[in-house]
Amino acid sequence: MQNPYKAYPVRIDSIDVATEDKSLRTFTFVFLNPEDEQKFAYESGQFAELSIPGKGEIPIGIASSPTEKGFVRFTVFRTGLVTNHLHNMKVGDIMGVRGPLGHPYPLKDLEGKNIVIIGAGFAFTTLRSTIVYMLNPENRSRFGKIDVIYGARNPGMILYKDELTAWEQRDDINMHITVDGTDDPSWKYHTGFVPTITEKVAPQADDNTYAIMCGPPMMLKFTKPVLDKLGYKHENIILSLENRMKCGIGICGRCNIGKELICKDGPVFTLAQLKHMPEEDT
Amino acid sequence: MMKIINIDKQKWAGGVESLSKSYRLFGPVKDVDCHNFKELKQGEQPDLSYGNTKLSPKSVVFPPSEAMFTYSLDESNPEHHILKDVPKDYSPRAVLGMRPCDAKAVSLVRMNFDTPEYRDPYWMDAYEATTFVGLACENPCASCFCTSTGCGPYNEEGLDVLLVDNGNAYIAKALTEKGEKLLASGGFTDAGDASAVDAKKAAAEAKITAKIETDKLSEKVIMDLYDAPFWHDVAFACINCCTCTYACPTCWCFDIQDENKGCEGVRMRNWDSCMTPLFTMHGSGHNPRDKKHQRVRQRFMHKLKYFVDKYQKGIMCVGCGRCVQQCPVNLDIRTVSKTMNDYVAKS
Ligand SMILES: Cc1cc2nc3c(=O)[nH]c(=O)nc-3n(C[C@H](O)[C@H](O)[C@H](O)COP(=O)(O)OP(=O)(O)OC[C@H]3O[C@@H](n4cnc5c(N)ncnc54)[C@H](O)[C@@H]3O)c2cc1C
Ligand code: SF4
Repeated sequence: MQNPYKAYPVRIDSIDVATEDKSLRTFTFVFLNPEDEQKFAYESGQFAELSIPGKGEIPIGIASSPTEKGFVRFTVFRTGLVTNHLHNMKVGDIMGVRGPLGHPYPLKDLEGKNIVIIGAGFAFTTLRSTIVYMLNPENRSRFGKIDVIYGARNPGMILYKDELTAWEQRDDINMHITVDGTDDPSWKYHTGFVPTITEKVAPQADDNTYAIMCGPPMMLKFTKPVLDKLGYKHENIILSLENRMKCGIGICGRCNIGKELICKDGPVFTLAQLKHMPEEDT
Repeated sequence: MMKIINIDKQKWAGGVESLSKSYRLFGPVKDVDCHNFKELKQGEQPDLSYGNTKLSPKSVVFPPSEAMFTYSLDESNPEHHILKDVPKDYSPRAVLGMRPCDAKAVSLVRMNFDTPEYRDPYWMDAYEATTFVGLACENPCASCFCTSTGCGPYNEEGLDVLLVDNGNAYIAKALTEKGEKLLASGGFTDAGDASAVDAKKAAAEAKITAKIETDKLSEKVIMDLYDAPFWHDVAFACINCCTCTYACPTCWCFDIQDENKGCEGVRMRNWDSCMTPLFTMHGSGHNPRDKKHQRVRQRFMHKLKYFVDKYQKGIMCVGCGRCVQQCPVNLDIRTVSKTMNDYVAKS
């Protein structure tokens, strides 16, 4: 059996500044050994440990989609030791990727359903993967209506702008982009926080409609009651969580909420599941 | 059929000497003011007169600090920044004279390191290389409460051989094939007789009067216990020194850190503790277990509720009493367990 702590060696193929303030960059990696790409077969919603020998490892959601071949892509916010180092690395540098880890969004179970994607800030990464996957010509017909509500602090903080613009042009996906605030007079989308916009634009709930949510704790906290009001069942609300972690495979023992481990039992849970799990903030 | 061997104490030291030819040996030795398990040096004998060791022998399979990979940061090295396996010695090793509670702890911890999805190679390879030779407790310490944790002074779970001190001789019960092999390799071949064991076992068990109450834990609801009002009181005196988690035979949490020296480096894993705030601190500064009562609650909920619900194998505590003995503020898992066990949530 393969050592689950050992990362596949990768080369940084490109680095793109993802937000105006440069706090986020998108890194595209290519596997040094082509056969590792097959071993890394992943689904939307899973994450990986980006492994930088000499610095450490960080769990990061996979932003590319399984339908995109030849590379794997992540968007990383600069915050502490490893992320700062990564932001200073250059194209061609060698590092490692370990995974894929965790459970994906249950897209197989969502075939035939309407899907509302709700994201905010840089937690949009695995949602981007999901959208790209569902919009793939081979997959699109297997899903019902798709709505996307995505919010950022200001226009400069919006991720994947070109793709959002392209999705806007399509008639098989309804985009609802918002910013907390802006003084840009040419801003032509929504202004307001994600929960408010959700209340306005999200479709009414029915058994056939599911919400997939990912964002900072505050956004999740205030969006849940909105979905309640719209009548979404807790079984139909899917979230992705985050906690400090090291091994990513359920062994090192720190990312638990109650008896569940975010890395291995999650990071994807339904709101119904979370009702039986402590929030660890009281 | 389980083999019973009689080991004349006169022949014990010579047997250990023989064992050292085919096993790396670990045993209890005097360590300043206490006993601890160490790898025995050439010619060194385990001191089987000890009561209990200060630290558990979990380090035999799970060292406090262990290299996982090496790597080079030197870009002129064609393999730079690629993780390389560390050569490891997984030749046969044996722990001599471990307490039955510590052996049961190893089998509980195994469930964490050997799962259907992932096998931790470091822990498991060390575990599989080890023959566990237990020593039954004749004189349990006052703080022992193993008989109420599904264990006991003569418990055999997790052991390959159980030694019972019978005056001038040890009665050795070979419990597994591994155990039989070890006894043979030590030259211990005299057929023995286990008829004295049951009475001795009952006598040892009778000496243990301390108990932990756990019978109602499995029927409790996680959220009820989690939201119970007593955690602030339970945690009040704790100074988050981490002694309890360090000494505990069933605590396994670890951290992973890269250590560099010049252009060379090692990815290490080190024992960690849920009692420190850094354990769960996010890069953003947010910490879901920022407050002391949250960390203390995590430790007891993990051992006495989450583990119980997850595995249905009882509590994650074997009653060795180390945390009770060594906690500087006398926080006692038995009191906490009773509080949890007795708790009825207001509806
Ligand atoms: C499932 C999952 C998906 C994530 N996806 C993304 C993403 O797509 N983009 C992104 O920018 N960030 C993401 N994060 C958060 C990211 O892991 C942390 O920001 C990052 O680990 C901080 O590392 P650092 O070394 O810079 O910070 P430090 O504060 O120096 O952290 C030291 C170490 O602690 C651990 N750690 C610290 N904070 C976190 C955290 N919030 N979550 C998990 N481990 C942590 C890491 O092992 C890290 O190396 C995700 C986290 C999880 C759990
Ligand atoms: S040994 Fe006692 S004081 Fe120290 S962390 Fe454990 S419970 Fe707290």
